[in-house]
Amino acid sequence: MPRVAIIDYGLCNLDSIRRAVEMCGGDPFVTDEPDRLDEANLLILPGVGAFGVAMENLKAHGMDQAIREQVASGIPMLGICLGMQLLASHSCEGGRHAGLDLIPGDVVLLNERGGNDRVPHIGWNSVRCDQADDPLLGGLTDETDFYFVHSYHVACKDSGNAIASTPYCGGFTSVIRRDNVAGTQFHPEKSQRAGFHLLTNFLEQ
Amino acid sequence: MLKTRILPTLLFKDNGLVKGKQFQSDRPVGSALQAIKVYNRREVDELIFLDVNASLQGRPPDFEQIDELADECFMPMTVGGGVSQVEHIRGLLAVGADKICIGSAAFSDPGLISEGARMYGRQCIVAAIDVRREGGDWRVYSHCGTRPTEYEPAAWAREVERLGVGEIVLTSIDRDGTMSGYDIEITKRVAAAVSVPVIASGGAGQFAHMVEVLKLGGASAVAAASIFHFTEMTPREAKLYLRDSGFAMRL
Repeated sequence: MPRVAIIDYGLCNLDSIRRAVEMCGGDPFVTDEPDRLDEANLLILPGVGAFGVAMENLKAHGMDQAIREQVASGIPMLGICLGMQLLASHSCEGGRHAGLDLIPGDVVLLNERGGNDRVPHIGWNSVRCDQADDPLLGGLTDETDFYFVHSYHVACKDSGNAIASTPYCGGFTSVIRRDNVAGTQFHPEKSQRAGFHLLTNFLEQ
Repeated sequence: MLKTRILPTLLFKDNGLVKGKQFQSDRPVGSALQAIKVYNRREVDELIFLDVNASLQGRPPDFEQIDELADECFMPMTVGGGVSQVEHIRGLLAVGADKICIGSAAFSDPGLISEGARMYGRQCIVAAIDVRREGGDWRVYSHCGTRPTEYEPAAWAREVERLGVGEIVLTSIDRDGTMSGYDIEITKRVAAAVSVPVIASGGAGQFAHMVEVLKLGGASAVAAASIFHFTEMTPREAKLYLRDSGFAMRL
């Protein structure tokens, strides 16, 4: 049973992720101590909140550096929603903020290219697997619905890091990956069967 | 494509769920935990949970209760009732709420919305706007429909959007519990006034009412309570009906 560290930086709902990981066959623990990441086989970086505050909190816990070290050592990590955005280089949410820069790209507001779709993007929307061989997407039907709630999205610098996309506000990248680091803009822990399937894929890496 | 959401609304009062008419004469309709378990099994799109008396009684949200409910809830849950400080937003998110609904407190402390949005992002701050028709116009009410405010709904909707909410639940007090259909006119007016999604609430008695408010009222989603509490109709049947009416639904 993989030990999964759920990284706590004081902002978000960790209970539902912890419960979802348990139900998918993982052994989760929630921690805000960088040293305890060593106990884990897998890392999850959750996230509800605003980018700038989240990065400040990660730094205040010494988590930014710890995450970079763990990732460099090859441990698989999954960022969820804001946790995915934190993987990018920069965000323009409420000013310009540096991210963890694990996957090159910028976090930008939806709708910048115009259109009539309402922002925030809230609800269930389809996920098109652009790189269907990614282990995270294994066994998922193309265009399965997942639950989204966000105003910003990651624009990858290297299109090779864009694994799946979602048709809203002209289309945006909804799953990203670079080597052992991946992120989903949607909330697998709130996406019922489809979400549990994806989390199980992550646990089985 | 973004799917149209149908959100069952759970109103909590004293010890259990209630549902009344026009924000009065509540009838008990069972336990919150049971309802969540059932909706979970039925894979509903999202839930709204409101502690209806909290603001009236001037008390904060019951964090322990939400913690227990959220543990059983594997669908997104918007939680409201008694949220009057940023600390309440943090506390509810920490125990498992996905979005926080702010109603009464926004009138005395608009900074609650802007600070909540700054800290947690606007996507998790929802405004509850309760409106009553008065002659040819509408007025926003606070504290569970007991206190008139100075606001016309579209003007208040624009104001809360400016302050930072990411979504609006617009409830017609007149239609609430009557099952006679949503107030299309005010929904249309509010949806046209803002660019955030508007959830229509109050009055659903048939699936055709949902189609009406989505098509004619410009709502992005529909909330409903009585139709699911007091009839045999289920959220899934509602979704099938809406799909057959041309909406993209998650089934």
